[in-house]
Amino acid sequence: MELFTPSFGLIFWMFVVVVLLLLLLGKFAWPVIVSTIEQRADLIDKGVEYAENAKSQLDNAKAEAAAYISEAQKQQAEILREADRIKTQIIEEAREAASKEAKKVIDAAQVSIEQSRKEAELQFRNEVSAFSLKVAEKILRGSLESDKAQHDLVNKLIDEVEVKN
Amino acid sequence: MFVGLAVSPFVTATASEGEEGKVDPKEIIFEHLSDRYGWEVPFCHSQSIPLPIIVRDYTGSWHLFSSERLMHGAEYDGFRIATEGPNAKHIVSMRPAADGSMEEYAPLDLSVTKNVAGLFISALVVVLLCLKARRWYSKNGFKAPRKLTGIVEVIVEFIYFGVIRSILGPKARRFAPYLLTVFFFILIMNLLGLIVIFPGGANLTGNVAVTLVLALFTFGFTNLLGTKHYWKDIFWPDVPIWLKCPIPIMQTIEVFGIFTKPAALTVRLFANMMGGHMIVITLTLLIFIFAAFGAVFTGVSVVVSVAFSLFMLLLDVLVSFIQAYVFTMLSTIFIALAQEGGHEEHEEAVAETAK
Repeated sequence: MELFTPSFGLIFWMFVVVVLLLLLLGKFAWPVIVSTIEQRADLIDKGVEYAENAKSQLDNAKAEAAAYISEAQKQQAEILREADRIKTQIIEEAREAASKEAKKVIDAAQVSIEQSRKEAELQFRNEVSAFSLKVAEKILRGSLESDKAQHDLVNKLIDEVEVKN
Repeated sequence: MFVGLAVSPFVTATASEGEEGKVDPKEIIFEHLSDRYGWEVPFCHSQSIPLPIIVRDYTGSWHLFSSERLMHGAEYDGFRIATEGPNAKHIVSMRPAADGSMEEYAPLDLSVTKNVAGLFISALVVVLLCLKARRWYSKNGFKAPRKLTGIVEVIVEFIYFGVIRSILGPKARRFAPYLLTVFFFILIMNLLGLIVIFPGGANLTGNVAVTLVLALFTFGFTNLLGTKHYWKDIFWPDVPIWLKCPIPIMQTIEVFGIFTKPAALTVRLFANMMGGHMIVITLTLLIFIFAAFGAVFTGVSVVVSVAFSLFMLLLDVLVSFIQAYVFTMLSTIFIALAQEGGHEEHEEAVAETAK
């Protein structure tokens, strides 16, 4: 048979075979195969992306953790410093309060001492005046035993009143 | 090994023609490249595997019988294989001519010849391969297949991602079934053609009828599903007006281009595959041509021819793949050219692909 002039029988059968192949494979084979391969390619792409994300997230997480730790350490130091400061402040305040209180007590004590001193002074004065009155009475009684003396005294007193007026 | 098997028919061929002591290389080459009724078996030139012959005579009735009945010039039911004349090697029969005498004519011949049987075998292999792959995927999902199915998958990935999707973009899914089918069909036909014994040995893709039908399918997919933009580009392209009116220069070129594309597809595949076969046969025949010059020449030519034939066959394995790839790629490009929309549509498509 000729090589360069196509024979009708072969063209006919070739046509039939290709149409059948297209129908059969186009319906049953290729859609499943192609979609599976495409989906798998997508899945692999997504997987790679996911892994990359996960890796970068892990790296980030490590950095974050380190940042957290240093932050925490900083905070710890700060807290310690603060605590120290508060401690000294409290002590200072306590000392101050104590000294204030002590001063108050001392003041109160001084006031009461002063008062009692004043009272004692007053009492002492009263007693001294009463005692001196008694002494003066006794002296007066002694000097006024004669009538003349009494008389002189009355005159003297009247003089005094007159002078005053 | 292939070469050894390839040699065997020629050994018997020369033995049978030994009386004349001449080898007719042209005859042998074309005999082995062309189609025939029945499928020859190795080491036995006179016998062949019988194939069904289907013919319709001039009265319109169909005849179905075995090709065995027509072997060695036998006549059956009025049909015989012509040995000479315009219908040489075809089935011919006699019918009454206008003047009352009997004249020879070629009936409508839909016989399952060697090439047709080879087509069926190739198609069957393709179907089995693809359905096997499909069964794997519907059974195992995303698991990677092994062995034969693994090879199918590698090829599908290579063609689908490397050619179809990168060229057609979002329209890849629509044309993938046709293009993948064509690729696998051509590849299997090419490879089976390289195996010398049954079920291989049919020079299918080296036959212009086969490549013509394949190219016609690409032609159909290109033009029947072409977009408006494609047809506008052919009949009213964006060129200076004097190029398209009043003398339709561009239109002529474009319309001519519609038909040269499938013609190029046809001839490229056909010529490449036939050339490969022809070189191997010619190299093998050198042994018998040089045999006339004595034992030393025979010995040297055997070694040289076998080495070169082996090299050419291995090269043909590569060419089988490359030609299937080229046919698929060009088909994809032709289809893609006919799928191109206007500029806005093109941008949309690009955006869609980018997603």
